[in-house]
Amino acid sequence: MKKFAKQVIFYSVLLGIWALVAKLRIWPPYLFPPPWGVGHALWDGFADHSFWIGIAVTMKRMLIGYSLSIVLGMILGLAVSSNRFLEETLGGLLVSLQSLPSICWIPLAVLWFGLTEKAILFVVLMGSLLSVTIAMEDGRKQMPKIYSMAGRNLGASGFRLFWSVLLPASLPFIVNGMKQGWAFAWRSLIQAEMIFLSLGLGQLLMMGRDLSDMSQVMAVMILIIILGYMVDGLIFRTMERHLQEKYGLTPA
Amino acid sequence: MFHGKPASSIVTFPTNPVAEVVVPKVALDAISLSYRTTSGERLLALDKINLEVKPGEFLCIVGPSGCGKSTLLHLIAGLHPQTSGKILVDGTTVSGPGTDRILIFQELGLFPWLTVGGNVEFGMKMKNVRKAEREEKVQYYLRLVHLAKFRDSYIHQLSGGMRQRVALARALATEPDVLLMDEPFAALDAQTRDLLHDELERIWAETGRTIIFVTHNVREAVRLGDRVALLTFRPGRVKQEFSVNLPRPRHMEQPDVARTAGDILNCLRDEINKSLEEEYADEKVR
Repeated sequence: MKKFAKQVIFYSVLLGIWALVAKLRIWPPYLFPPPWGVGHALWDGFADHSFWIGIAVTMKRMLIGYSLSIVLGMILGLAVSSNRFLEETLGGLLVSLQSLPSICWIPLAVLWFGLTEKAILFVVLMGSLLSVTIAMEDGRKQMPKIYSMAGRNLGASGFRLFWSVLLPASLPFIVNGMKQGWAFAWRSLIQAEMIFLSLGLGQLLMMGRDLSDMSQVMAVMILIIILGYMVDGLIFRTMERHLQEKYGLTPA
Repeated sequence: MFHGKPASSIVTFPTNPVAEVVVPKVALDAISLSYRTTSGERLLALDKINLEVKPGEFLCIVGPSGCGKSTLLHLIAGLHPQTSGKILVDGTTVSGPGTDRILIFQELGLFPWLTVGGNVEFGMKMKNVRKAEREEKVQYYLRLVHLAKFRDSYIHQLSGGMRQRVALARALATEPDVLLMDEPFAALDAQTRDLLHDELERIWAETGRTIIFVTHNVREAVRLGDRVALLTFRPGRVKQEFSVNLPRPRHMEQPDVARTAGDILNCLRDEINKSLEEEYADEKVR
């Protein structure tokens, strides 16, 4: 509760400074809108449904692209971590590919798929697949060997060892991979939407720019932050903290 | 119920004990283990270990750190293959893990995603024991280690001593003939350890299991064991076996336990010095 009070005070002060600077009119309001201007843009956006549609479209793409990358990433990560040959060859390639910002996949996606839904999903997939794969692979390697030994010692082998021991033992690492994958997918999707101009939050952001409507730009930015934070900060971080405590991995 | 005669002196055996009429529960026949280090040399970790453990016997293995005593337990548990030699249980050669020999690891390896009850149940589940029977046995073994109330707790909610007892219950629940224990009490405070010694001795007497217990603490070995086997430092060999004929229940602070431990410790000292020398030598190189 004390932390919550601190946060309330912090954000009130922040809003106050913003309002004050806007009031001073150092910059014209169309470049530096006051908080109530942005609040108004938010209200209008929801009132004329354009924000609802944007959120729905973006979340739907996110769900499809992200689920795909999780499934493929898990399979790929598992394959790479359990095969020496794949680890030494494909593993290296994956790490080097990850240094490519996901926005660099856009030209390729456009040429392959045109300005379609498929192209957007492809960019999202490429943006998060690699980080999921690498997180899975790392997780398998970091998983304490003691669990698999204890499992074998107690009579588990084959599929049952995998299902009842190896999988639950690597759960904290899987969640970590999912969290990273989410962050990458989210960034890639918004970037892709800004270029493809096909509904979605990214397009709303660009539309604000085209109309020179700074209030809308800021309103959409705030939306993107809130949505991203809700999933990453609330869902994943809570899950992660819970698992770390349970698995005795609590850092400091 | 208690083994050994009330005698305060110790008897020293030659390394090859006289063959018994009883088939030994566990027999190690010239077990050797060597492996390649990262620098490419071959290191002999265990050198022709011969040991026999009678049914229901409590054998303690002591030795300096790095003598391969933990590794020896892993071999008996079937978690790693030995380079040469044979491991026999009830006269039959074993290869691979089996629930007739359960190892309690130094780090325990309790499953944090399962409750205390789930952990104890795990081995029985793998053996396809029926649910009703599992429930009953979980209850029985948790009561045996005085943890019946914590059946639905998770591992991270328990203290160190309680975790030890869960590990013990989990191992006992698969009803193994042989219990292998790898320095299980090393990380505990003295009071908790003393308590667990009493409990282990009681459970051993009640269940009649054969126990092979590895420790670096000679006094603990004398406190618990019918017999103490002393391993040398690199390569690990059985240097000497001592049978402990002190009346039970014993206590760590008992003068005759201390005296017996002192005798074994004298024998161990050379090996400890060797292991320390090697450690310090490593330090200089670095």
